Amino acid sequence: MMSNEHSMRRVTAIRNGTVIDHIPQGHALTVLEMLGINDKTSVPVSLVMNVPSKKMGSKDIIKVEDRELTQGELDRLALVAPDAHVAIIRAYTVAEKMTINLGEEVVNVVRCTMSNCITSNPREPLPHRLKVISRFPLQLRCHYCGRTQNLVELVKNVI
Amino acid sequence: MGGLITMDDLTNEEIIAILDDAERLLPVAKGELYLPLLQGRILGNLFFEPSTRTRMSFETAMKRLGGDVVNLGDVKTSSVVKGETLFDTIQMVDGYTDIIAMRHPRQGAAQYAQDSARVPILNGGDGAGHHPTQTMLDLFTIRQAHGKLDGLKVVLAGDLRYGRTVHSLSHALTRFDCELVFASPELLRMPRDIVADLSAHGAKITETEDLYSMMNDADVIYMTRIQKERFSDEDEYAKVAGAYKLHSNDLNDVKADMIIMHPLPRVDEIHPSVDATRHARYFEQAFNGVVARMALLCKLLGVSVPKNVEKEGSAL
Repeated sequence: MMSNEHSMRRVTAIRNGTVIDHIPQGHALTVLEMLGINDKTSVPVSLVMNVPSKKMGSKDIIKVEDRELTQGELDRLALVAPDAHVAIIRAYTVAEKMTINLGEEVVNVVRCTMSNCITSNPREPLPHRLKVISRFPLQLRCHYCGRTQNLVELVKNVI
Repeated sequence: MGGLITMDDLTNEEIIAILDDAERLLPVAKGELYLPLLQGRILGNLFFEPSTRTRMSFETAMKRLGGDVVNLGDVKTSSVVKGETLFDTIQMVDGYTDIIAMRHPRQGAAQYAQDSARVPILNGGDGAGHHPTQTMLDLFTIRQAHGKLDGLKVVLAGDLRYGRTVHSLSHALTRFDCELVFASPELLRMPRDIVADLSAHGAKITETEDLYSMMNDADVIYMTRIQKERFSDEDEYAKVAGAYKLHSNDLNDVKADMIIMHPLPRVDEIHPSVDATRHARYFEQAFNGVVARMALLCKLLGVSVPKNVEKEGSAL
């Protein structure tokens, strides 16, 4: 099995930007979606999927160059990658380590999975609000309809 | 308090206090006394879905207390059909009224309306979600018959899967340590997440398909209609339609003070022969919708119900 260091080197070190490591295997694309990184993004983005990890078995890694993600942006990832390690890189060195915080409520990150929920009307203007009922295991409930969310379905409902 | 969206908005003590208020308001609800506690106040009735009892009893409750009512009218001719959001509708009605009673086909609509409004919202049913004013009138009816809520054995029968009434009531009865029996065809069992939630709150639950064997030591039998409109498949409906048909002949060995309730409308789950028995309470239950809603309107509008209603009111 390759070492963790080896897997990190699959992509060259970045000069400035953000590295998100320890993303659960297969979730990197969702993470990109949640961060609003898509075909309109002009900065270089590197993506490594399904690499061996001592801690996780397999994991995904994302490197975004020339962009420092904010705490608010990172907190959106709490639903899919709550244990990801995030490093802000400046001049090839780790300038800052950040952790993802799951607050008491997840606001305007995902839509409720209940198809008959009032929030399923895209024209309704109030924010999408999911309350954190439990952290371990992660359990969320819609503020409006009270439905406990199916986490597998939920990541498909990213706003 | 704000509005009443789910029964969780009320503590057990508040529930009892509201039932006490309702009890005192009975002569006003019956039209024997005039007590204009809500004079000058306006209720907005926003029924985005058909309703007979809930809408009419809200209107009666408000008018018996000297208040007035404005109605949304037929949804088909209102601005809703032009694509107005619930948020915008609420902004408008919020400006016209002091309190809003609402029924909406979508779950979560009542909470959403409350978050959009300054005035209190009374949830009169949101999709398959909650219907707390129905629960309050059900609790009132049970307490009226048994003098208490605690420790009763309540059989809920029929469509336990789709009926929001039985969902809300089960939660409330669990808070008062009642023993619950869920009698339904396999296809219409109480949803698993609700049973798990009730169990986690210490509920004593028996589930069965055999209603008749569970009746003799029951204090309350709460029948529900099997709702044809919930089935997309006629064959599936045919399998469960008429699963229970309570007849007066089935009541020979039940407790003398057992009551039979039903949120109405009924189809054939309670035979008319039951109507004349001492157990039938469904028509009183429907009437109790007025008195329970009177007490709730007062509570949410911050108006105290006098301790001596007879003294404060005037004869009609």
